[in-house]
Amino acid sequence: MSEPMVKAEGVHKRFGRLEVLKGITLQVMPGEVMVLLGPSGSGKSTFLRCINHLEKINSGRLSVDGELVGYRQVGDELHELRESDITRKRAEIGMVFQHFNLFPHMTALENVTCAPMRVKRIPRDRANTSARELLARVGLPEKLGAYPAQLSGGQQQRVAIARALAMEPKLMLFDEPTSALDPELVDEVLQAMQQLAREGMTMIVVTHEMGFAREVADTVVFMDAGVVVESGEPASVLSRPRHERTRSFLSKVL
Amino acid sequence: MSAAGATDAPEPNRRPDEIRAVPVRHPGRWVATALILLFGASLVRSIATNKQLEWHIIGQFLFDHRVLEGAVVTLELTAIAMAMGVVLGVVLAVMRLSPNPLVSGPSWLYIWFFRATPVLVQLLFWYNIAAIYPRISLGIPFVGVEFVHGSANTVITTFVAALLGLGLNEGAYMAEIVRAGIISVGEGQTDAAQSLGMSRLQIMRRIVLPQAMRVIIPPTGNETISMLKTSSLVSVIALSPPELLLATENIYAVNFRPIQLLIVASIWYAVMTSVLYVGQYYLERHYARGATRELALTPLQRVRMGLFSFRRREWS
Repeated sequence: MSEPMVKAEGVHKRFGRLEVLKGITLQVMPGEVMVLLGPSGSGKSTFLRCINHLEKINSGRLSVDGELVGYRQVGDELHELRESDITRKRAEIGMVFQHFNLFPHMTALENVTCAPMRVKRIPRDRANTSARELLARVGLPEKLGAYPAQLSGGQQQRVAIARALAMEPKLMLFDEPTSALDPELVDEVLQAMQQLAREGMTMIVVTHEMGFAREVADTVVFMDAGVVVESGEPASVLSRPRHERTRSFLSKVL
Repeated sequence: MSAAGATDAPEPNRRPDEIRAVPVRHPGRWVATALILLFGASLVRSIATNKQLEWHIIGQFLFDHRVLEGAVVTLELTAIAMAMGVVLGVVLAVMRLSPNPLVSGPSWLYIWFFRATPVLVQLLFWYNIAAIYPRISLGIPFVGVEFVHGSANTVITTFVAALLGLGLNEGAYMAEIVRAGIISVGEGQTDAAQSLGMSRLQIMRRIVLPQAMRVIIPPTGNETISMLKTSSLVSVIALSPPELLLATENIYAVNFRPIQLLIVASIWYAVMTSVLYVGQYYLERHYARGATRELALTPLQRVRMGLFSFRRREWS
Protein backbone atom coordinates (compact mmCIF):
# COMPACT_ATOMS: atom_id res chain seq x y z
CA MET A 1 0.00 0.00 0.00
CA SER A 2 1.25 3.49 -0.87
CA GLU A 3 1.81 6.39 1.51
CA PRO A 4 -1.29 8.43 2.44
CA MET A 5 -1.58 11.88 0.81
CA VAL A 6 -2.94 13.42 3.99
CA LYS A 7 -2.43 11.96 7.43
CA ALA A 8 -3.84 13.55 10.57
CA GLU A 9 -3.16 12.17 14.04
CA GLY A 10 -4.83 13.79 17.02
CA VAL A 11 -4.97 17.25 15.42
CA HIS A 12 -6.08 19.98 17.84
CA LYS A 13 -6.77 23.59 16.98
CA ARG A 14 -7.75 26.38 19.36
CA PHE A 15 -8.80 29.95 18.64
CA GLY A 16 -8.03 31.64 21.95
CA ARG A 17 -9.98 29.56 24.46
CA LEU A 18 -12.32 28.07 21.89
CA GLU A 19 -11.26 24.56 20.94
CA VAL A 20 -12.38 23.97 17.37
CA LEU A 21 -10.63 20.69 16.58
CA LYS A 22 -10.41 18.18 19.41
CA GLY A 23 -8.23 15.43 18.06
CA ILE A 24 -8.86 14.66 14.41
CA THR A 25 -7.37 11.43 13.13
CA LEU A 26 -7.86 10.43 9.52
CA GLN A 27 -6.09 9.46 6.32
CA VAL A 28 -6.62 10.30 2.68
CA MET A 29 -4.96 8.07 0.11
CA PRO A 30 -3.70 9.36 -3.27
CA GLY A 31 -6.56 9.51 -5.75
CA GLU A 32 -9.15 9.32 -2.99
CA VAL A 33 -12.11 11.70 -2.78
CA MET A 34 -13.14 12.40 0.79
CA VAL A 35 -16.28 14.34 1.65
CA LEU A 36 -16.44 16.05 5.05
CA LEU A 37 -19.95 16.45 6.40
CA GLY A 38 -21.16 18.10 9.55
CA PRO A 39 -23.10 21.00 11.01
CA SER A 40 -21.63 24.51 10.87
CA GLY A 41 -19.09 25.08 13.57
CA SER A 42 -18.07 21.43 13.59
CA GLY A 43 -14.54 22.35 12.43
CA LYS A 44 -14.63 21.06 8.85
CA SER A 45 -13.41 24.29 7.27
CA THR A 46 -10.83 24.84 9.98
CA PHE A 47 -9.44 21.36 9.35
CA LEU A 48 -9.15 22.12 5.62
CA ARG A 49 -7.34 25.37 6.37
CA CYS A 50 -4.91 23.52 8.65
CA ILE A 51 -3.95 21.20 5.81
CA ASN A 52 -2.40 24.00 3.76
CA HIS A 53 -1.25 25.85 6.85
CA LEU A 54 -3.60 28.79 6.59
CA GLU A 55 -4.14 27.91 10.25
CA LYS A 56 -1.50 26.59 12.61
CA ILE A 57 -2.38 23.47 14.59
CA ASN A 58 -1.82 23.46 18.35
CA SER A 59 -1.07 19.79 18.86
CA GLY A 60 -1.00 16.48 17.07
CA ARG A 61 0.65 15.63 13.77
CA LEU A 62 -0.54 16.60 10.33
CA SER A 63 1.35 15.64 7.21
CA VAL A 64 0.83 15.95 3.47
CA ASP A 65 2.56 13.52 1.13
CA GLY A 66 4.77 12.29 3.94
CA GLU A 67 5.96 15.74 5.06
CA LEU A 68 4.78 17.54 8.20
CA VAL A 69 2.70 20.67 7.62
CA GLY A 70 4.48 23.78 8.91
CA TYR A 71 7.31 21.94 10.68
CA ARG A 72 10.43 19.92 10.08
CA GLN A 73 11.34 17.09 12.38
CA VAL A 74 14.95 16.98 13.51
CA GLY A 75 15.42 14.08 15.92
CA ASP A 76 12.82 14.60 18.63
CA GLU A 77 12.49 18.31 17.97
CA LEU A 78 10.09 20.15 15.71
CA HIS A 79 11.49 23.16 13.89
CA GLU A 80 9.17 25.77 12.46
CA LEU A 81 9.46 26.11 8.70
CA ARG A 82 10.54 29.35 7.14
CA GLU A 83 7.98 31.46 5.26
CA SER A 84 9.52 30.47 1.91
CA ASP A 85 9.23 26.73 2.69
CA ILE A 86 5.62 27.15 3.77
CA THR A 87 4.67 28.99 0.59
CA ARG A 88 6.46 26.36 -1.52
CA LYS A 89 4.38 23.61 0.10
CA ARG A 90 1.16 25.59 -0.18
CA ALA A 91 1.76 25.90 -3.91
CA GLU A 92 1.36 22.12 -4.18
CA ILE A 93 -2.11 22.17 -2.60
CA GLY A 94 -5.04 23.76 -4.41
CA MET A 95 -7.91 25.33 -2.52
CA VAL A 96 -11.37 26.44 -3.59
CA PHE A 97 -13.35 28.71 -1.30
CA GLN A 98 -17.02 29.17 -0.50
CA HIS A 99 -16.96 32.78 -1.69
CA PHE A 100 -14.67 32.06 -4.67
CA ASN A 101 -12.18 34.78 -3.64
CA LEU A 102 -11.27 35.51 -7.23
CA PHE A 103 -9.03 38.54 -7.64
CA PRO A 104 -11.57 41.17 -8.78
CA HIS A 105 -9.02 43.43 -10.46
CA MET A 106 -7.88 40.69 -12.84
CA THR A 107 -9.63 39.05 -15.77
CA ALA A 108 -10.45 35.35 -15.66
CA LEU A 109 -7.31 34.60 -17.66
CA GLU A 110 -5.13 36.77 -15.38
CA ASN A 111 -6.61 35.08 -12.31
CA VAL A 112 -5.48 31.74 -13.66
CA THR A 113 -2.03 32.83 -14.90
CA CYS A 114 -1.14 34.99 -11.89
CA ALA A 115 0.26 32.30 -9.58
CA PRO A 116 2.06 30.20 -12.24
CA MET A 117 3.82 33.34 -13.48
CA ARG A 118 4.68 34.83 -10.09
CA VAL A 119 5.29 31.69 -8.05
CA LYS A 120 6.56 29.18 -10.60
CA ARG A 121 8.12 31.83 -12.89
CA ILE A 122 6.48 30.29 -15.94
CA PRO A 123 6.77 32.64 -18.97
CA ARG A 124 3.61 34.50 -19.91
CA ASP A 125 2.86 32.79 -23.22
CA ARG A 126 3.14 29.31 -21.72
CA ALA A 127 1.03 30.33 -18.72
CA ASN A 128 -1.57 31.77 -21.08
CA THR A 129 -1.70 28.60 -23.17
CA SER A 130 -2.26 26.31 -20.21
CA ALA A 131 -4.72 28.77 -18.63
CA ARG A 132 -6.78 28.67 -21.85
CA GLU A 133 -6.83 24.90 -21.74
CA LEU A 134 -7.88 24.91 -18.07
CA LEU A 135 -10.67 27.42 -18.64
CA ALA A 136 -11.89 25.33 -21.55
CA ARG A 137 -11.80 22.27 -19.33
CA VAL A 138 -14.13 23.91 -16.80
CA GLY A 139 -16.39 24.98 -19.64
CA LEU A 140 -15.46 28.67 -19.90
CA PRO A 141 -13.41 28.96 -23.09
CA GLU A 142 -15.11 32.23 -24.09
CA LYS A 143 -14.74 34.09 -20.77
CA LEU A 144 -10.99 34.72 -20.81
CA GLY A 145 -11.24 38.51 -20.76
CA ALA A 146 -14.16 38.78 -18.35
CA TYR A 147 -13.70 40.30 -14.91
CA PRO A 148 -15.16 38.31 -11.99
CA ALA A 149 -17.93 40.89 -11.51
CA GLN A 150 -19.11 40.11 -15.05
CA LEU A 151 -19.46 36.38 -14.33
CA SER A 152 -22.20 34.42 -12.58
CA GLY A 153 -21.41 32.70 -9.29
CA GLY A 154 -21.09 29.33 -10.96
CA GLN A 155 -18.75 30.71 -13.60
CA GLN A 156 -16.67 32.45 -10.93
CA GLN A 157 -16.32 29.25 -8.97
CA ARG A 158 -15.23 27.36 -12.09
CA VAL A 159 -12.60 30.04 -12.77
CA ALA A 160 -11.48 29.56 -9.16
CA ILE A 161 -11.13 25.82 -9.77
CA ALA A 162 -9.09 26.50 -12.92
CA ARG A 163 -6.94 28.95 -10.96
CA ALA A 164 -6.17 26.31 -8.34
CA LEU A 165 -5.48 23.66 -10.99
CA ALA A 166 -3.05 25.96 -12.80
CA MET A 167 -0.50 25.27 -10.05
CA GLU A 168 -0.74 21.55 -10.84
CA PRO A 169 -1.56 20.60 -7.25
CA LYS A 170 -1.30 17.08 -5.92
CA LEU A 171 -4.21 17.68 -3.57
CA MET A 172 -7.34 19.82 -3.90
CA LEU A 173 -9.29 21.21 -0.97
CA PHE A 174 -12.88 22.40 -1.52
CA ASP A 175 -14.42 24.50 1.23
CA GLU A 176 -18.18 24.47 0.64
CA PRO A 177 -17.70 25.32 -3.04
CA THR A 178 -21.41 25.45 -3.87
CA SER A 179 -22.88 26.94 -0.69
CA ALA A 180 -22.88 30.51 -1.98
CA LEU A 181 -24.43 29.60 -5.34
CA ASP A 182 -27.97 29.84 -6.65
CA PRO A 183 -29.49 26.35 -6.80
CA GLU A 184 -29.48 26.41 -10.60
CA LEU A 185 -25.72 27.05 -10.73
CA VAL A 186 -24.68 24.30 -8.35
CA ASP A 187 -24.60 21.54 -10.95
CA GLU A 188 -22.08 23.15 -13.28
CA VAL A 189 -19.59 23.40 -10.42
CA LEU A 190 -20.26 19.87 -9.18
CA GLN A 191 -19.76 18.55 -12.69
CA ALA A 192 -16.37 20.22 -12.94
CA MET A 193 -15.44 18.65 -9.60
CA GLN A 194 -16.73 15.25 -10.63
CA GLN A 195 -14.65 15.35 -13.79
CA LEU A 196 -11.61 16.23 -11.70
CA ALA A 197 -12.30 13.27 -9.43
CA ARG A 198 -12.53 10.96 -12.45
CA GLU A 199 -9.13 12.17 -13.59
CA GLY A 200 -7.69 10.82 -10.36
CA MET A 201 -7.20 14.02 -8.32
CA THR A 202 -6.95 13.57 -4.56
CA MET A 203 -9.72 15.73 -3.11
CA ILE A 204 -11.09 16.70 0.27
CA VAL A 205 -14.49 18.32 -0.10
CA VAL A 206 -16.51 20.07 2.59
CA THR A 207 -20.06 20.18 1.25
CA HIS A 208 -23.72 19.76 2.02
CA GLU A 209 -24.42 18.25 -1.41
CA MET A 210 -25.49 14.72 -0.50
CA GLY A 211 -25.85 13.68 -4.12
CA PHE A 212 -22.21 14.54 -4.76
CA ALA A 213 -21.14 12.71 -1.59
CA ARG A 214 -23.07 9.60 -2.61
CA GLU A 215 -21.90 9.49 -6.21
CA VAL A 216 -18.37 10.83 -6.17
CA ALA A 217 -16.90 10.29 -2.70
CA ASP A 218 -14.82 7.27 -1.83
CA THR A 219 -15.06 8.10 1.85
CA VAL A 220 -17.54 10.18 3.82
CA VAL A 221 -16.49 11.60 7.18
CA PHE A 222 -19.06 13.02 9.54
CA MET A 223 -17.69 15.60 11.99
CA ASP A 224 -19.38 17.25 14.93
CA ALA A 225 -18.04 19.58 17.63
CA GLY A 226 -14.42 19.13 16.55
CA VAL A 227 -14.28 15.34 16.42
CA VAL A 228 -14.86 12.69 13.75
CA VAL A 229 -18.11 10.98 14.69
CA GLU A 230 -17.99 8.32 12.00
CA SER A 231 -16.51 7.64 8.61
CA GLY A 232 -16.74 5.05 5.90
CA GLU A 233 -18.07 4.42 2.41
CA PRO A 234 -20.84 6.79 1.38
CA ALA A 235 -23.40 4.01 1.17
CA SER A 236 -22.86 2.94 4.76
CA VAL A 237 -22.50 6.37 6.38
CA LEU A 238 -25.30 8.04 4.45
CA SER A 239 -27.75 5.12 4.36
CA ARG A 240 -26.98 3.25 7.57
CA PRO A 241 -25.41 5.74 9.99
CA ARG A 242 -24.42 4.08 13.25
CA HIS A 243 -24.52 7.18 15.43
CA GLU A 244 -27.56 9.05 16.58
CA ARG A 245 -25.84 12.42 15.89
CA THR A 246 -25.19 11.44 12.28
CA ARG A 247 -28.77 10.24 11.86
CA SER A 248 -30.28 13.48 13.16
CA PHE A 249 -27.97 15.58 10.94
CA LEU A 250 -28.72 13.53 7.83
CA SER A 251 -32.46 13.63 8.48
CA LYS A 252 -32.24 17.44 8.24
CA VAL A 253 -30.13 17.77 5.11
CA LEU A 254 -31.46 14.91 2.99
CA MET B 1 -44.15 42.30 -18.14
CA SER B 2 -46.78 43.20 -15.58
CA ALA B 3 -49.01 40.72 -13.83
CA ALA B 4 -52.12 42.44 -15.19
CA GLY B 5 -50.81 42.15 -18.73
CA ALA B 6 -50.31 38.43 -18.27
CA THR B 7 -53.91 37.79 -17.23
CA ASP B 8 -55.47 40.10 -19.81
CA ALA B 9 -53.25 38.76 -22.58
CA PRO B 10 -53.65 41.90 -24.71
CA GLU B 11 -52.74 41.99 -28.37
CA PRO B 12 -48.96 42.07 -28.78
CA ASN B 13 -47.04 45.36 -29.29
CA ARG B 14 -49.72 47.39 -27.56
CA ARG B 15 -48.22 49.31 -24.67
CA PRO B 16 -50.40 50.41 -21.75
CA ASP B 17 -51.22 54.15 -21.79
CA GLU B 18 -48.71 56.46 -20.11
CA ILE B 19 -50.00 58.11 -16.94
CA ARG B 20 -50.73 61.81 -17.46
CA ALA B 21 -51.29 63.62 -14.20
CA VAL B 22 -51.16 67.26 -13.11
CA PRO B 23 -47.73 67.71 -11.47
CA VAL B 24 -47.41 69.13 -7.94
CA ARG B 25 -46.49 72.84 -8.03
CA HIS B 26 -43.43 74.03 -6.08
CA PRO B 27 -43.86 77.77 -5.48
CA GLY B 28 -41.11 77.67 -2.79
CA ARG B 29 -38.55 76.67 -5.38
CA TRP B 30 -39.36 79.68 -7.55
CA VAL B 31 -38.98 82.05 -4.60
CA ALA B 32 -35.68 80.47 -3.57
CA THR B 33 -34.34 80.62 -7.12
CA ALA B 34 -35.28 84.28 -7.42
CA LEU B 35 -33.56 85.15 -4.14
CA ILE B 36 -30.38 83.32 -5.09
CA LEU B 37 -30.27 84.95 -8.52
CA LEU B 38 -30.77 88.38 -6.96
CA PHE B 39 -27.98 87.80 -4.44
CA GLY B 40 -25.67 86.42 -7.13
CA ALA B 41 -26.30 89.33 -9.46
CA SER B 42 -25.58 91.91 -6.79
CA LEU B 43 -22.35 90.10 -5.86
CA VAL B 44 -21.19 90.03 -9.48
CA ARG B 45 -22.12 93.69 -9.90
CA SER B 46 -20.21 94.76 -6.77
CA ILE B 47 -17.09 92.93 -7.96
CA ALA B 48 -17.31 94.05 -11.57
CA THR B 49 -17.93 97.72 -10.85
CA ASN B 50 -15.57 98.10 -7.90
CA LYS B 51 -12.89 100.58 -9.02
CA GLN B 52 -10.66 99.67 -6.05
CA LEU B 53 -10.19 96.14 -7.40
CA GLU B 54 -8.15 97.44 -10.33
CA TRP B 55 -8.71 94.47 -12.61
CA HIS B 56 -6.06 95.67 -15.03
CA ILE B 57 -3.40 95.11 -12.35
CA ILE B 58 -4.59 91.53 -11.89
CA GLY B 59 -4.35 91.06 -15.66
CA GLN B 60 -0.95 92.66 -15.73
CA PHE B 61 0.55 90.29 -13.16
CA LEU B 62 -1.38 87.12 -13.99
CA PHE B 63 1.28 86.01 -16.48
CA ASP B 64 4.23 87.83 -14.86
CA HIS B 65 7.30 85.59 -15.11
CA ARG B 66 7.89 85.79 -11.34
CA VAL B 67 4.35 84.53 -10.69
CA LEU B 68 4.68 81.75 -13.28
CA GLU B 69 8.02 80.67 -11.85
CA GLY B 70 6.46 80.67 -8.40
CA ALA B 71 3.67 78.41 -9.66
CA VAL B 72 6.26 76.01 -11.04
CA VAL B 73 8.03 75.89 -7.67
CA THR B 74 4.68 75.23 -5.99
CA LEU B 75 4.07 72.34 -8.38
CA GLU B 76 7.56 70.96 -7.74
CA LEU B 77 7.10 71.16 -3.98
CA THR B 78 3.70 69.49 -4.22
CA ALA B 79 4.86 66.71 -6.52
CA ILE B 80 8.03 65.83 -4.60
CA ALA B 81 6.45 66.15 -1.15
CA MET B 82 3.50 63.99 -2.22
CA ALA B 83 5.84 61.40 -3.75
CA MET B 84 7.73 61.31 -0.44
CA GLY B 85 4.45 61.08 1.41
CA VAL B 86 3.11 58.22 -0.70
CA VAL B 87 6.29 56.13 -0.50
CA LEU B 88 6.65 56.76 3.23
CA GLY B 89 2.94 56.15 3.71
CA VAL B 90 3.02 52.73 2.04
CA VAL B 91 6.10 51.69 4.02
CA LEU B 92 4.65 52.97 7.31
CA ALA B 93 1.25 51.37 6.67
CA VAL B 94 2.76 47.97 5.89
CA MET B 95 4.97 48.31 8.99
CA ARG B 96 2.00 49.35 11.09
CA LEU B 97 0.11 46.19 10.07
CA SER B 98 3.05 43.92 10.88
CA PRO B 99 2.42 41.37 13.65
CA ASN B 100 5.91 42.18 14.98
CA PRO B 101 5.62 44.97 17.60
CA LEU B 102 9.23 46.03 16.94
CA VAL B 103 8.14 46.91 13.42
CA SER B 104 4.64 48.24 14.07
CA GLY B 105 5.69 50.24 17.16
CA PRO B 106 8.09 52.67 15.44
CA SER B 107 5.53 53.20 12.70
CA TRP B 108 2.90 54.07 15.29
CA LEU B 109 5.32 56.45 16.99
CA TYR B 110 6.20 58.18 13.71
CA ILE B 111 2.56 58.67 12.78
CA TRP B 112 1.76 59.93 16.26
CA PHE B 113 4.65 62.40 16.30
CA PHE B 114 3.98 63.99 12.92
CA ARG B 115 0.26 64.21 13.46
CA ALA B 116 0.76 65.62 16.94
CA THR B 117 2.74 68.69 15.81
CA PRO B 118 1.68 71.44 13.39
CA VAL B 119 3.28 71.30 9.97
CA LEU B 120 4.16 75.00 10.23
CA VAL B 121 6.20 74.25 13.35
CA GLN B 122 7.88 71.35 11.55
CA LEU B 123 8.81 73.62 8.64
CA LEU B 124 10.34 76.18 10.98
CA PHE B 125 12.15 73.37 12.79
CA TRP B 126 13.78 72.03 9.62
CA TYR B 127 14.65 75.57 8.55
CA ASN B 128 16.51 76.07 11.84
CA ILE B 129 17.98 72.57 12.08
CA ALA B 130 21.53 73.96 11.83
CA ALA B 131 21.10 75.45 15.30
CA ILE B 132 21.17 71.99 16.92
CA TYR B 133 22.97 69.94 14.25
CA PRO B 134 25.50 72.27 12.62
CA ARG B 135 27.19 69.35 10.87
CA ILE B 136 25.41 66.53 9.03
CA SER B 137 27.03 63.32 7.79
CA LEU B 138 26.07 60.02 6.24
CA GLY B 139 27.95 56.98 7.47
CA ILE B 140 27.90 54.05 9.88
CA PRO B 141 26.99 55.25 13.37
CA PHE B 142 29.26 54.67 16.39
CA VAL B 143 32.25 53.37 14.41
CA GLY B 144 33.19 56.73 12.91
CA VAL B 145 32.89 55.79 9.24
CA GLU B 146 31.58 58.70 7.15
CA PHE B 147 30.77 58.60 3.47
CA VAL B 148 29.67 62.20 3.01
CA HIS B 149 29.38 65.12 5.36
CA GLY B 150 28.74 68.82 5.22
CA SER B 151 27.49 71.80 7.11
CA ALA B 152 23.77 71.72 7.81
CA ASN B 153 23.30 75.11 6.23
CA THR B 154 24.57 73.86 2.87
CA VAL B 155 22.86 70.44 2.97
CA ILE B 156 19.49 71.68 4.24
CA THR B 157 18.73 74.50 1.83
CA THR B 158 15.38 76.22 2.20
CA PHE B 159 14.03 73.97 -0.56
CA VAL B 160 15.23 70.82 1.22
CA ALA B 161 13.83 72.11 4.52
CA ALA B 162 10.48 72.72 2.81
CA LEU B 163 10.44 69.22 1.35
CA LEU B 164 11.38 67.61 4.66
CA GLY B 165 8.69 69.56 6.48
CA LEU B 166 5.95 68.85 3.95
CA GLY B 167 6.97 65.33 2.89
CA LEU B 168 7.67 63.78 6.29
CA ASN B 169 4.44 65.21 7.66
CA GLU B 170 2.50 63.94 4.66
CA GLY B 171 3.96 60.46 5.17
CA ALA B 172 2.11 60.19 8.48
CA TYR B 173 -1.24 61.11 6.94
CA MET B 174 -0.70 58.93 3.87
CA ALA B 175 0.17 56.00 6.15
CA GLU B 176 -3.29 56.13 7.67
CA ILE B 177 -4.92 56.40 4.24
CA VAL B 178 -2.94 53.46 2.86
CA ARG B 179 -3.68 51.44 5.99
CA ALA B 180 -7.40 52.08 5.55
CA GLY B 181 -7.08 50.86 1.96
CA ILE B 182 -5.20 47.71 2.93
CA ILE B 183 -7.66 46.66 5.63
CA SER B 184 -10.55 47.31 3.25
CA VAL B 185 -9.42 44.35 1.11
CA GLY B 186 -11.15 41.19 2.33
CA GLU B 187 -9.21 38.46 4.09
CA GLY B 188 -10.44 35.98 1.50
CA GLN B 189 -8.12 37.63 -1.02
CA THR B 190 -5.09 36.94 1.16
CA ASP B 191 -6.34 33.39 1.84
CA ALA B 192 -6.70 32.69 -1.86
CA ALA B 193 -3.31 34.18 -2.72
CA GLN B 194 -1.62 32.28 0.12
CA SER B 195 -3.22 29.03 -0.96
CA LEU B 196 -1.66 29.57 -4.39
CA GLY B 197 1.76 29.78 -2.77
CA MET B 198 2.34 33.51 -3.17
CA SER B 199 4.72 35.16 -0.71
CA ARG B 200 3.68 37.96 1.61
CA LEU B 201 5.41 40.57 -0.54
CA GLN B 202 3.81 39.27 -3.74
CA ILE B 203 0.38 39.25 -2.12
CA MET B 204 0.81 42.84 -0.96
CA ARG B 205 2.08 44.04 -4.32
CA ARG B 206 -0.05 42.03 -6.76
CA ILE B 207 -3.27 41.38 -4.87
CA VAL B 208 -3.87 43.70 -1.92
CA LEU B 209 -2.42 47.08 -2.95
CA PRO B 210 -4.03 47.19 -6.43
CA GLN B 211 -7.41 46.61 -4.79
CA ALA B 212 -6.65 48.99 -1.95
CA MET B 213 -6.02 51.73 -4.55
CA ARG B 214 -9.74 52.20 -5.03
CA VAL B 215 -10.03 53.24 -1.40
CA ILE B 216 -6.68 55.04 -1.30
CA ILE B 217 -7.02 57.32 -4.35
CA PRO B 218 -9.91 59.64 -3.41
CA PRO B 219 -8.39 60.74 -0.07
CA THR B 220 -4.95 60.91 -1.72
CA GLY B 221 -6.37 63.28 -4.33
CA ASN B 222 -7.71 65.27 -1.43
CA GLU B 223 -4.27 65.27 0.20
CA THR B 224 -2.60 66.39 -3.04
CA ILE B 225 -4.99 69.30 -3.41
CA SER B 226 -4.47 70.14 0.22
CA MET B 227 -0.70 69.89 -0.24
CA LEU B 228 -0.79 72.28 -3.19
CA LYS B 229 -2.17 74.92 -0.88
CA THR B 230 -0.34 73.89 2.29
CA SER B 231 2.88 74.44 0.34
CA SER B 232 2.11 78.17 0.64
CA LEU B 233 3.09 77.87 4.33
CA VAL B 234 6.62 77.52 3.05
CA SER B 235 6.58 81.29 2.38
CA VAL B 236 7.47 81.75 6.06
CA ILE B 237 10.94 80.23 5.58
CA ALA B 238 12.00 82.59 2.79
CA LEU B 239 12.20 79.84 0.21
CA SER B 240 14.42 80.60 -2.73
CA PRO B 241 13.42 80.49 -5.48
CA PRO B 242 10.05 81.58 -4.04
CA GLU B 243 6.88 79.54 -4.49
CA LEU B 244 3.63 81.05 -5.74
CA LEU B 245 2.49 82.85 -2.59
CA LEU B 246 5.92 84.22 -1.70
CA ALA B 247 6.44 85.33 -5.32
CA THR B 248 3.27 87.41 -5.19
CA GLU B 249 4.14 88.70 -1.71
CA ASN B 250 7.49 89.86 -3.05
CA ILE B 251 5.70 91.78 -5.78
CA TYR B 252 3.15 93.50 -3.57
CA ALA B 253 5.88 94.39 -1.08
CA VAL B 254 7.04 96.74 -3.82
CA ASN B 255 3.84 97.86 -5.53
CA PHE B 256 1.51 97.86 -2.51
CA ARG B 257 -1.30 95.98 -4.30
CA PRO B 258 -1.76 93.01 -1.94
CA ILE B 259 -5.40 92.24 -2.84
CA GLN B 260 -4.73 92.15 -6.57
CA LEU B 261 -1.70 89.91 -6.22
CA LEU B 262 -3.43 87.61 -3.76
CA ILE B 263 -6.19 87.26 -6.34
CA VAL B 264 -3.53 86.42 -8.93
CA ALA B 265 -2.16 83.72 -6.59
CA SER B 266 -5.68 82.41 -5.92
CA ILE B 267 -6.42 82.15 -9.63
CA TRP B 268 -3.32 80.02 -10.16
CA TYR B 269 -4.04 77.83 -7.13
CA ALA B 270 -7.55 77.28 -8.48
CA VAL B 271 -6.27 76.46 -11.96
CA MET B 272 -3.76 73.93 -10.65
CA THR B 273 -6.35 72.34 -8.35
CA SER B 274 -8.74 71.95 -11.26
CA VAL B 275 -6.08 70.17 -13.29
CA LEU B 276 -5.60 67.76 -10.36
CA TYR B 277 -9.33 67.06 -10.40
CA VAL B 278 -9.03 65.75 -13.94
CA GLY B 279 -6.01 63.62 -13.05
CA GLN B 280 -7.83 62.10 -10.10
CA TYR B 281 -10.85 61.28 -12.26
CA TYR B 282 -8.81 59.24 -14.72
CA LEU B 283 -6.76 57.56 -11.98
CA GLU B 284 -9.95 56.44 -10.22
CA ARG B 285 -11.31 55.15 -13.49
CA HIS B 286 -8.18 53.12 -14.07
CA TYR B 287 -8.41 51.39 -10.71
CA ALA B 288 -12.16 50.78 -11.06
CA ARG B 289 -11.32 47.87 -13.40
CA GLY B 290 -13.24 44.83 -12.28
CA ALA B 291 -15.09 46.67 -9.52
CA THR B 292 -17.95 47.67 -11.77
CA ARG B 293 -19.41 45.64 -14.59
CA GLU B 294 -19.25 48.50 -17.03
CA LEU B 295 -16.78 51.37 -16.79
CA ALA B 296 -18.48 54.76 -16.84
CA LEU B 297 -17.76 56.77 -19.95
CA THR B 298 -15.20 59.56 -19.81
CA PRO B 299 -16.60 63.03 -20.51
CA LEU B 300 -14.85 62.93 -23.90
CA GLN B 301 -16.45 59.60 -24.79
CA ARG B 302 -19.82 60.91 -23.64
CA VAL B 303 -19.52 63.87 -26.00
CA ARG B 304 -18.66 61.53 -28.86
CA MET B 305 -21.53 59.21 -27.93
CA GLY B 306 -23.87 62.19 -27.89
CA LEU B 307 -23.36 62.64 -31.62
CA PHE B 308 -24.75 59.19 -32.29
CA SER B 309 -27.28 59.11 -29.48
CA PHE B 310 -30.35 59.59 -31.67
CA ARG B 311 -29.66 56.50 -33.68
CA ARG B 312 -28.79 54.50 -30.57
CA ARG B 313 -31.96 55.35 -28.72
CA GLU B 314 -34.09 53.77 -31.38
CA TRP B 315 -33.02 50.25 -30.62
CA SER B 316 -32.24 50.54 -26.91
